[in-house]
Parts: sequence; C-alpha cells; structure tokens
Amino acid sequence: MYKYDQYDDAMVRARVEDFRDQTRRRLEGKMTDDQFKPLRLKNGLYLQLHAYMLRIAIPYGTLNSTQLRKLAHIARTYDRGYGHFTTRQNIQFHWIKLEDAPDILGELADVEMHCIQTSGESIRNISADHYAGAAADEIMDPRPWAETLRQMTTFMPEFSYLPRKFKICVIAAEEDRAAMRWHDFGLRIVKNEAGEIGFEVYPGGGMGRTPFIAYKSSDFVPQHQIFSYLQAVLRVWNRHARRDNIHKQRMKILVHELGEEEFTRQVEEEFRHILTLGTDFPQAEYDRIAAYFTPPPFETGLPEEIDRSDPDFAVWIDQQIAPHKAPGYAIVNVSLKPIGGIGGDITAEQMEVVADLAERYSFDELRVAHTQNLVLPHVRKADLYAVWQQLRDAGLADANLDLVTDIIACPGLDYCSLANARSLPVAARIAERFADPAVQHDLGELKIKISGCINACGHHHAGHIGILGVDRKGTENYQLLLGGSGAEDVSQAKITGPGFDEAGVVDAVERAVNHYRTIREPGERFIDTYRRVGMEGFKEAIYG
Amino acid sequence: MADVLRFRDDAAADEPAVSLDAFLDQTNAVSVRIEAGDDVRRLAPVLDRLRLVEIDFPKFRDGRGFSSASILREMGYTGEIKATGDVLVDLIFFMRRCGFDSFAPNVPLDPADAEAALNRYPYVYQHAADAEVPIWQLRHPELANG
Amino acid sequence: MKILTGNDLKTGRVIWWDGQGWSLHVEDAADVHDDGEAILAREEAACRVNGPMFIEGERTAEGVRPAHIKDRIRALGPTVRADLTLKPADPNAGNWVI
Repeated sequence: MYKYDQYDDAMVRARVEDFRDQTRRRLEGKMTDDQFKPLRLKNGLYLQLHAYMLRIAIPYGTLNSTQLRKLAHIARTYDRGYGHFTTRQNIQFHWIKLEDAPDILGELADVEMHCIQTSGESIRNISADHYAGAAADEIMDPRPWAETLRQMTTFMPEFSYLPRKFKICVIAAEEDRAAMRWHDFGLRIVKNEAGEIGFEVYPGGGMGRTPFIAYKSSDFVPQHQIFSYLQAVLRVWNRHARRDNIHKQRMKILVHELGEEEFTRQVEEEFRHILTLGTDFPQAEYDRIAAYFTPPPFETGLPEEIDRSDPDFAVWIDQQIAPHKAPGYAIVNVSLKPIGGIGGDITAEQMEVVADLAERYSFDELRVAHTQNLVLPHVRKADLYAVWQQLRDAGLADANLDLVTDIIACPGLDYCSLANARSLPVAARIAERFADPAVQHDLGELKIKISGCINACGHHHAGHIGILGVDRKGTENYQLLLGGSGAEDVSQAKITGPGFDEAGVVDAVERAVNHYRTIREPGERFIDTYRRVGMEGFKEAIYG
Repeated sequence: MADVLRFRDDAAADEPAVSLDAFLDQTNAVSVRIEAGDDVRRLAPVLDRLRLVEIDFPKFRDGRGFSSASILREMGYTGEIKATGDVLVDLIFFMRRCGFDSFAPNVPLDPADAEAALNRYPYVYQHAADAEVPIWQLRHPELANG
Repeated sequence: MKILTGNDLKTGRVIWWDGQGWSLHVEDAADVHDDGEAILAREEAACRVNGPMFIEGERTAEGVRPAHIKDRIRALGPTVRADLTLKPADPNAGNWVI
C-alpha cells in the first residue's frame, strides 16, 4: 500500500496548520460561520444535529492496522467510542468538538491520513473496488491509478470552487462492486486489442434529488492521458454549469441539459487542447506509485480445502468469502450489519480486533466497502477458522453479505442536519423482520438501501428495494422504490406509489419480498424477478 | 490595508476596464472586464493589445473565474490578471497558481493574512499557470530536462 | 412559544437559551418573545453559539418541547442509541421525542 514521502507528508501537515489557523480565527470571532463554513467543509468538518462531525478520507477504501488503531484512538479520545463507515468508503465521527479538530488532523497526519476534500464543492475522496489487488476477476489493481489521481486532484488550483461536489470511482473488473456508474466520473480500466491499458470513461452519474446513471463518453482513453481527460471534463463543467441554483449544479445536470453527445464533443475538444499543455504525469511517477501496490508475498503450495466441520463457521464461509486471485487465499468480508444494530457503526474495541486480524492474517491490509462493511483482502484459507472465531468473539461474524439484512442506510435524522426522516431504525426493524438465517439465505441476494432525505447518501436509487424518508407535514414518511442496482447491471429504482409510516414501510417491504417468493423462477434474484414481471404485480402485492 | 495587492513590476494600466463585448468592438481599449459567464477564448485574436484583464467573482462560491484565468495564460497572455469582487483570502494561493497577479476585492485583503495564505503550502501536486514545479517532477529530477 | 437554540461554537453541543445563558437541557428553554433577534446577534458576536435559530415550542407538564421532530431529536440525542442521549439512565426519556 502507498506510503507518504516527504512531499505528501509536508502537504498534509501544511493542511493541518492551515486548518488550525482557520479554526483559531473562527474561535476568536475573526470569521463568521458563513465565512468559516466553506473552509471547514473543504476539510470534512460539518455541523450536524448533536455536534460537529468529522469525515476522514480513506483513499480507495484501503487502510492498514496502524491507521485503524489510530481511528480507534480518535474514537475513544475525541468522540464517544465509535465511528461510522460511510457509503463512500470513508469514516465519520459524529461527536467532535471544533476546538479538538486541528489536533485530530495532526494525529491523522501521523498515520498518513487526512480529511482533505471530504466535503464541500470539491473533488472528493476517490473510491475504488474494495476487492482491488485481491479480486480474481480484475485485470489489474486499480489503486495505483486511484492514488495517482488522488495526488493530482489534491488542491487543483483551477477547480478550487467547483459548482458542486465531484466524485470519482475507479474499478478494473467487469463486475462493478463500487457503484462506479453512480459517480460523476467513473473509470473502468480496460485492455485494448494491442494489450495496452486505458480507461473506459463514464461521466455524469450521481444520485441526489435528480438521479442519473453515468454514460460512456469514451471506450478507451490511453492510460497516460487520463489526467488530461479528467481536466477537460472538469473544465467544461466548471465553465458551463449553472451557478444560480445549488440543486442544479452537479455535473449530471449539465450532461443532461447539453445532451451526452454535445457534452462529449465539448470534452473532446477541450481534451485535445489540454493534451498540448503536457500536464499529465510521466510513466516514471506512475511506476513509483505502482511499486507500492505490488502484490504481497503470497505463499505458494497452500491448501485449498477448508474444514467445514463447525456448522456456524460453514454458514459464514458460504456467505462472507470471495474468490482470491492467489491460490490458497480468500477475501473475507466482515459484516458491520448485526441484526437490529446500526449498519456501518464500529466500536473502538472492534476496530482494534479488526486491526489485529489485518496485521496477523491479511498482510496488514484491510478495506472499507461502500456497503459499509469491512474486508480482509488476503487471508490464507487455512487461517479462516481462526479469523472467524475472533470476529465472532467481537460480534463481527454475521453471515449476511448482500442478503436482505445487509442494508445500506445513511445516518438519517438521528444524526444528520439535512435529513427529513430516520433511516437507522427502519433498517433495524427490517433486519429484525428477516432475522431468521434460513429466510435470509432462501431470499438470496437482495440489496435494500435507505436514505433519510433526497440527497440519497443511503443510495436508495440503487437499491433492489430502496426506501426514501421524507417529511410529510412534520412527520416521517417513507417512499418505497423497486428495481435499482449499483452493480454492473446498473439501473435506477422506481417509486411504487404512496408512502408509509415506519411500521408501514417495513410491512410493505415484507409484502414485496413475499410476492417475489411466490412468483420467482428457479435461480432468480429479487431484482431478476422484478425485471421480468415489472412493477404492476409488485404494486398490487404491496398496496392490495 | 492596501486596496490592490499586486505582484507585478510593470506600471499598472490606468484605463478603466470595459466589458468583453465593448472591448472586442473598440480597437484602442487595453483593459477588459470579464464577468463570470464570459468566454475568454473570444479574446484570442486581440491578445496583443490587451494589458489588463479584470476577472470578477460575483460570489466566492462561483469558481468560473479560475478557469478564465487559466485559459488566458494557456493562450499566452502575459499581461495583468486582476481578481475583483468576492475574493476569499484563503483562496488566493490557488488564484495565483491560475495566473492571477493582482487582487482588488470588494473587501480589501489584509496584507499579513495574504502573505500567510500565499506561503502556506510548500509544494504543489500539479502544473498550473505559474512556474511551480509539481511534486512528481521533484521526485524525478532525472526528468527535469526531458 | 418561540425558542432560541443553536450549537455551542466550541463543542458543537446543542444548546437552548434559558433567559440568561445557554443550557444543554430543552426543559430550561425560555420564551424569547420579540427579544430574540437582539439576543441572537449578541450571542453570535460573542462567539458563544453557532447556527442559532428560532424554533416553535410548547410548554407541557414535563417541560418545554420543540414542535418539530428534528428539534426533539436534537434536544435528547439519537433515538437509536439511548446510551448516547442526555438521559442514558432513563429508559422512558425518549418517549416524547417521536
């Protein structure tokens, strides 16, 4: 994994002092909140319902044990003993004091972490496939490119004040585990017929109140031109986006208004110009970064067999393990979705358990998934039983990956000042309703995603079943959506009809699920059945 | 406090800046005022008679002016680019990198704050309109003459 | 009644204007009537409060209760973590919130 050199370290330290100075000016009354707000937001510090919230970047979802232990320390020292993993592979702490924030940034800098551009109208932390470097189906590890772009998009002068936020995602497999096409700028690394590496580019995606799935603007941008292409996209958007209505300033709206063809034409024109400026980084720098991502020293001749004699372990193995590229190894998914608990939350003690496991069993690496779970990417199959036992003892061995209880939910009205309704209790009630493991396994892959407002941090547009909380005359109301996907079979969910109260929406989900069970054909997932039969039958089942 | 913070040694153009349309119509004007939505590429044919470009920031959240300045420098313009309007001291480091070399905001900048803001970051990650050498190039001195 | 609330500038804690100063407890909230703007301006200038705002509330037998669910959640804490609320020992503390 990447290691800071003196330059990266100096930049992050400079940002800490910059923010320390800004915070001091605010606390001394030399700045109003109106002036301070855009500055603190560019550094991930929000004011939420109960306190300040600090969002920490986890570049492309990769952490080592030292970093996770530091997060545990921050949770204990500056927060209330826990953290929350977000739907963009970051972590946030919900009980931060403004006066502590600069010190926290200093502690993060000690372990090569930061909060730069984790909110505000900026190029956000770059997300990537959480199986990167381990997946059996990837054509290469996408993280060297994500890291290169992370550096090149840090403090980009021309884009100091973008119209809105801008989210980049990089994957390198056919299977899309990172919701790539729901980003402003999605990249899939591909090989052309000559065997050269390049990028398929998908601009213009995004959730929020006006959801769009990114379209493909290029089949192949040669690898060492991707930074120029990105600048071209940013420049077309920065110059031509509306600036009069914050809800219409995301790039997806400009793409929609210009049309895909015209947007592509303008980008290509700008791209040809920017290429002449020679701002792309050279092969030598890419090679330097890529060297940090050389695969760990996998052992050879390891056994493939897993002793399944413990039935609870066997259930967990069947659900939580993904194929690894190296023989004898497996990718372990660690569920942060205990039945009735709070998805994505993790205590300081649990962080330390996972950090220890990563250090001992996974070449000191772990990953955060956008599904708010953790991943130990490189575990010997022979070690799986030991890993499972320790996870189980820490309350982290739920076997529900991609099942009905593996629910994505935003913090909602329990924490968030933008929310209109609570998400977390709805997720908890649904998980309790389907708690029986036999029921969960019978239902198979079923992705429920819940947002507490139209900003869609809970990805409800991309849920096989989506739930959107709204405010109806001062009370919480929940709309139900069906048919979305954030994977390679990407699609946008549609609203079923009138909304429900909290208990009502849980019942409605159950009716939709029961309808699926009744009419499914062999091998069909919920989403497959829905796509085959359409909304009408489900609507009738839900509303009677 | 100085009303204008200027990073040039040449004499400032003292003619009032005119709008882009007016500038393109008049053959003797030397100063142009660029509004946030103006396309600075229209200045390409008349760059040689241009001495001052004022780029206005109607509100600090409107970042179009950053692209306008960058594009002017890419076109080879070497005269003055002045930022006017709602300019945040915390952003002037990045403005300098885009090619702005004077600042005359609505609320004058405190020179000490400006000085601190301009010296905050020891390095830069990417090329821009200034002469700063990006970090990747510092890491590969062998490429310096390539 | 009209309540003045906001977050403590330094700590971010939710605070309520009690007539003389800021309290962590909504029960202490005072009706600011028409004096609110002056208090707000003074307190903001003194860097004691962030994001001050006026909200509607009602005085009940149990104390002052904000009208909107968001402010009721602000007043007590997250509904999903009783242990993190202002009254972690009282299992019924959240009954009035939702």
